[in-house]
Parts: sequence; structure tokens; C-alpha cells
Amino acid sequence: MSTPQTGNGQSMPTLPRARGPLSAALIADLRGETTLVDRTPPEPAPLGSGDEELALWLLYELHHHGFDDAVDGGTEHEWRPDLLALRGDLERRLEQRWRERVAAADLPELPVGAEPADLARAFFALCEADTGAESVARFLQREADEEQLAEVLRQRSIYHVKEQDAAMWTLPRLPDTTKAHLVTIAADEYGNGRPDDLHAQLWARGMRACGLDAAYAAHVDGALPAVLEQNNLMSLLGLHRRLVPAALGHLAAFEVTSAVPSRRVVRGMERLGAPEPMVAYYREHMVADAVHEQLAVRDLVGSYVAEVPGSEPEIAFGAAVCLLAEAATATAVLEHVRRDDETAAGEDVA
Amino acid sequence: MSEPTQVTLCEDGPMLVRGEVVVEDEDGQRHVSSRPVTAVCRCGASSLKPWCDGSHKARAAGGPRARRLGSV
Ligand code: FES
Ligand SMILES: [Fe+2]
Ligand SMILES: [Fe+2]
Repeated sequence: MSTPQTGNGQSMPTLPRARGPLSAALIADLRGETTLVDRTPPEPAPLGSGDEELALWLLYELHHHGFDDAVDGGTEHEWRPDLLALRGDLERRLEQRWRERVAAADLPELPVGAEPADLARAFFALCEADTGAESVARFLQREADEEQLAEVLRQRSIYHVKEQDAAMWTLPRLPDTTKAHLVTIAADEYGNGRPDDLHAQLWARGMRACGLDAAYAAHVDGALPAVLEQNNLMSLLGLHRRLVPAALGHLAAFEVTSAVPSRRVVRGMERLGAPEPMVAYYREHMVADAVHEQLAVRDLVGSYVAEVPGSEPEIAFGAAVCLLAEAATATAVLEHVRRDDETAAGEDVA
Repeated sequence: MSEPTQVTLCEDGPMLVRGEVVVEDEDGQRHVSSRPVTAVCRCGASSLKPWCDGSHKARAAGGPRARRLGSV
């Protein structure tokens, strides 16, 4: 049997290093060293350690490309009842955490039963809400140095190597009109029939041009817990039929908050003289997401609300998750790259 | 006969055109877009004209005059 390949045309990822008792037990199980079957999985280390975040990320990844060094690449693990039960537990905790966080954030609501134009206006307004977080794009535009840019790209790669994939889990569960609209957006994300133009491929070319590892999941060991959590949230929303409207709200908010920041990233990369393929990725998103945001808000969300009246609050929940998870990631990433900068400066002196 | 081209005007935002489109600008330069849907800038603020780059949002937030200019 030939080695299965990932979306980047590269060999499969290998299991990352553990971050605490739960991820350690899970990784050992996936490798076939010990087993979690008939055992209560260990309590994870506290949130923020990355233990619980990584464990859930690993369980989701079994449904994507699996791991080269897992038993059978992880294919047999994918539908194991005990691992699904563990995933369910971690998902319930994740969802409850974010239900609470969204409720506490008190973002603008979406009107229920409004005219399509009013709903669209309210959705765009929701996405303008101030989450209090500093923008990574502004940081890149104005002050990042080359190494800080590289580290931001490594953190962002956790998502971009599987760009759009999580939202596609919703496709078979959508009303037909909404399906058609999702596919219109997805066609662009997946290259409009040209595999080289897949956004994940544009990303990989950019990473290679920057001298960074472009392989699938190459940067998971260094991924901040907030980044893993942001990734997990997309899988959570995509994989549960109950959460379909939230997944659509998330996707739309993601598109709405992309074109303008992409312009800032392009400016920052031009300032730093970043390699053209990486700049091209963000330049493409200035134009593509200016289209996607209109399609996502007006057609995708609009058609879903028309088909499923009363779904507005859940759509707003998904949008809020997107905005708040990006805020949390931005805060964590900026703190991380600035701290590393200080450390590096200190080492220079010493 | 092919279907007529469908164009959608977005409030305070771009014009969406379905199917391949060529836009000839004021200087006679032709810009081709082969995306399934293209957003053509209507507000004049885009940095990638003739395509929309989301810049209309800052404009729309700028006040009543900006709002009027941004919509038909
Ligand atoms: S209409 Fe979007 S930038 Fe002008
Ligand atoms: Fe994309
Ligand atoms: Fe997009």
C-alpha cells in the first residue's frame, strides 16, 4: 500500500509531543503502546497548559489525515467508541466554556425574523463589535520584525493547512439552497477546479518561500493552546448537526473579518520584504474574502434563515465564537511573539 | 442563448457579478476576473480597483456622506 498523502501532497503528519497526562495517555494509545480501552482517561492538566486542547485536537485530526506513527495511521482509531466518548466529554466542556464566554461578552444580537437586508446589516455590525483585543494584522503591518512574522505564520498554519475543511462537514446537513451557496464559496477556497490554486496550497507555497515547514500539521508542537482551541471550535461546530447554524455564523464572521486585515498583512509583508508567494496568499484574500463576505452573509446565512426561521441566535453564537476565539488567539500570539522577542534580545546582549 | 449576467448591488458595498467579467477602467485598461463571483468596487476606496477589498467599511463608518456615496 502506498503511503497516504495529506492535502499538501506531503507525507502524513506524525504525532506531536504530549503536554500533560491526558494528551500523553492518548498519544501512547494511538501509537499502540498502551490502551485507553476500558480505562478512565486521566484528568487533563489545567486549561491553558494545552493538554486538554491538544487531546481534542488529536481526536479531531483522526477524522482528517490521522498520523503516520499511529497504529494503521489512526484509521482504526477514528470510530472507536471509547475515543468518541472521550471526544464527546471534551466537546461538552469546550462548548459550555464558549457558551459562557459568549454570554459574558454581550455582543450585539441578530434580529429574529428580520428582512434579509436588515439581517445582513446586523451581521456586518456584529462583526465590527470591539472585542478589546489587539489585531495581529495591525501588529504585522506596523511593528513586527521578520522573526515575529515567521512565528505568526507558524501559529496561523495550524488552520491554513486545512483551510475551509471544518466548515465542509456541514455540507450534507444543509438545506439545498444553502448547500449551493456554501459550494460557491468553497469552490474559490478549493481552487475552482485548479488544484494549484487551493488556498491551502497557496499557503504552503508561501510557507516554503519563507523557508518555513509547509507540511501538514508541521507546527503543532509550537502551537499555542489558544490556537488549538480556536481550531477545535471550528471542528466542534462543523461536526455536529445541532450546531450547523453556529458553523454557518462562524464561517460568515470569519469571511467578514478577513479582507481588511489581509490588506494590513500585505502592507506589513511589503514593509519587511517578505517573499512574494506569501504576500500573494494574503493579496488573494483581500479580493476573495471581499467576495466571500458578501456571499456568506447574504446568500449562505440569508438562505439558511429563510429555510430555518428562528436560527438567528445560533448563527449569532457561531459568529461570536469566531470573533472571541480570534480575540483570544490574537492576545495569546502577540504576547508570545513579544516575549520571545525580549528573550532573544536578552540573549543577544549576553 | 446563454443566461443573462446576474449582478447584485450590496448595500454600502460592492457590486457582485456572477461569471467571468471584464471591467474597463477610466484609462481604458481592461481587468479580467475569472472567479465564479466577483465583487466590483462601487465606493472608490479599494486599493485593488476595480475589485472590492473591503475598504468600503471604513468609508461607511465615516459618516452620512460616505454612506450616501456607498449606496445607489
Ligand atoms: S465597494 Fe468594497 S472597497 Fe469599494
Ligand atoms: Fe481562503
Ligand atoms: Fe474566504
